[in-house]
Amino acid sequence: MNPTMTKKLLLTLLAWGIALIVFFPIFWMVLTGFKTEGEAVATPPSLFFEPTLAGYHEVMARADYLKFALNSIVISFGSTLLALIVAIPSAYSMAFLPTKRTRGTLLWMLSTKMLPPVGVLMPVYLLFRDMGLLDSQLGLTIVYMLMNLPIVVWMLYTFFKDIPKDILEAGRMDGAGTLQEVLYLLLPLTLPGIASTGLLSVILSWNEAFWSLNLTTSDAAPLTAFIASFSSPEGLFWAKLSAASTLAIAPILIFGWLTQKQMVRGLTFGAVK
Amino acid sequence: MATLQLNNIVKDFGGTQVIKGVDLEVKDREFVVFVGPSGCGKSTLMRMIAGLESTTSGEIAIDGQRVNEVGPADRGLAMVFQSYALYPHMTVEDNMGFSLRLAKVPKAERREKVLAAARILQLEPLLDRKPRALSGGQRQRVAIGRAIVRNPSIFLFDEPLSNLDAALRVQMRIELARLHEELDATMIYVTHDQIEAMTMADKIVVLQDGVVEQIGSPMELYHHPRNRFVAGFIGSPKMNFLEVEVRGADAEGVDVALPGGDCRVPVAGDGVSAGDTLTLGIRPEHLVLDEAGPLTGRIQVIERLGGVTSLYLEHGDSEWILVADGNVAHRVHDEVRFTFDPACAHLFTADGLALAHLTRHPLADIDRKENRASSASDGR
Ligand SMILES: Nc1ncnc2c1ncn2[C@@H]1O[C@H](COP(=O)(O)OP(=O)(O)OP(=O)(O)O)[C@@H](O)[C@H]1O
Ligand SMILES: [Mg+2]
Repeated sequence: MNPTMTKKLLLTLLAWGIALIVFFPIFWMVLTGFKTEGEAVATPPSLFFEPTLAGYHEVMARADYLKFALNSIVISFGSTLLALIVAIPSAYSMAFLPTKRTRGTLLWMLSTKMLPPVGVLMPVYLLFRDMGLLDSQLGLTIVYMLMNLPIVVWMLYTFFKDIPKDILEAGRMDGAGTLQEVLYLLLPLTLPGIASTGLLSVILSWNEAFWSLNLTTSDAAPLTAFIASFSSPEGLFWAKLSAASTLAIAPILIFGWLTQKQMVRGLTFGAVK
Repeated sequence: MATLQLNNIVKDFGGTQVIKGVDLEVKDREFVVFVGPSGCGKSTLMRMIAGLESTTSGEIAIDGQRVNEVGPADRGLAMVFQSYALYPHMTVEDNMGFSLRLAKVPKAERREKVLAAARILQLEPLLDRKPRALSGGQRQRVAIGRAIVRNPSIFLFDEPLSNLDAALRVQMRIELARLHEELDATMIYVTHDQIEAMTMADKIVVLQDGVVEQIGSPMELYHHPRNRFVAGFIGSPKMNFLEVEVRGADAEGVDVALPGGDCRVPVAGDGVSAGDTLTLGIRPEHLVLDEAGPLTGRIQVIERLGGVTSLYLEHGDSEWILVADGNVAHRVHDEVRFTFDPACAHLFTADGLALAHLTRHPLADIDRKENRASSASDGR
């Protein structure tokens, strides 16, 4: 075997190794969901067992999965849509009409992501209570929108910056106003980037647990709250918990699987153009 | 009808003046070329005319109407960008018809106009392609087609050919000249290329550091440069310059001292007196090899182009470029003597201004239209 072949083989093995390590917990979770509670805690863990749907039956019986799932869908897609609507104009102005303070504004926006959310829990909670937003889809949608806004603006900004200014100026010469410029030129040209930004925002919202646990109780609770509801009072029931978690991540996993091409294309958009 | 006037226009980018008070008058159907070194403000000036850049002070008028406050789309101009700036996600047809679509022109009429422009530029077979599937020359033609579809009164071109290879550039140059005639439009054109400027322009505007150095027909700039900058900038290879001492000046011209004897240059010598130092300018193609010539030099480099040969000469600390015919037999390090016709020489004062020639060159006032008319029917 020549050296480049050896290198290739090693890299392949390494990649597989990393993929397995990342994937294993999920695999184990899915597996555990099909065990009985007894098998789930057995040592040594059993890899071969008779699969059972008992965990799933119990989970479905105890909670209204569909209601949680619907909340998750509404809130994560809703917040993403809102974030895009707010972020597209801001990213546009920062990319094409920059001032001396644009750079600073961008960094400041990102710095808000470094703030531990628990630090603002109290004020947000009180505000929401007074405004009647506790345990409402709208409330959580707004929080998620604000949570993802810095990242969404940043990503759109980098995608927009890659568009040659000449093209937009040609559009202006052709008679396009700002709105037409955005609708007919900028959005179509950056669609892969916008799509992957939106997908990322959906995934981040879907998986968010801190705010959903603290700001919702039942009506607007998304799937993360659904999982959490199986971890409490009587102690941990691993099989049930795993079944619930599997149910919670299944939609986003499928969604991610279907859109992964788009994701990769969007995230490498600038690099390969 | 489309005339353009610039009245003392200024552009200030956050404290630095880039355009420092430009006056210009463009006549209807004129082909005006902006030339100047990189960074002198050609693109900025053009973008101000287009309306893509605001005007700090001064007035821009199209057909006598002030347009400073009018948006780029409403000035009746079309611009062709150096980078083509085609819309990558649209077909050629949609690219060309975009302005009409924005103007809500019905589809059938839009298609008709696009087809008419495509026919002029031989783009018909490409209408369904996306820009990425076109060659550089084809993209350029689409960009020009997009401008034609708008039926503008003034076309603006910012170095439209600089991304093309040499052969294609020649072809497009001829095509543009043909278009100018066919469309009967006013055209303003920025270029770095001497040949483009000389061959296409009715009027050349030479810019330096945001200031107009001279405006005139190509032959006028070549034969009667207003100052040393224009003299050096127009013409290739560059004009030779030599510091000379004045022996005397009268109504017939100015006598200057050359290494091999005096020489009388037929220019107006007002204000010049014996003992002054002037700069003699003489173009490489006006230097002639001559065994008895007053100037000498040692050949450093020879460039044989077939039809002509460029000799790079050195004498003391002065350097000369001489363009001779293609058959000179000299070799590097040969010592040669050369001369020139004093009528072709220029004299510049210490502050760079040219002394006016006593007689005007017969071709200095010719324009391109006269060029095209045959000399027989011309009656001259
Ligand atoms: N937006 C801007 N802000 C500040 N300075 C600018 C801006 N645009 C251009 N300039 C400056 O103005 C000057 C003229 O630029 P311009 O692009 O008009 O030159 P040009 O003659 O077209 O040069 P080239 O031949 O290289 O295209 C340059 O010094 C440039 O740095
Ligand atoms: Mg330029």
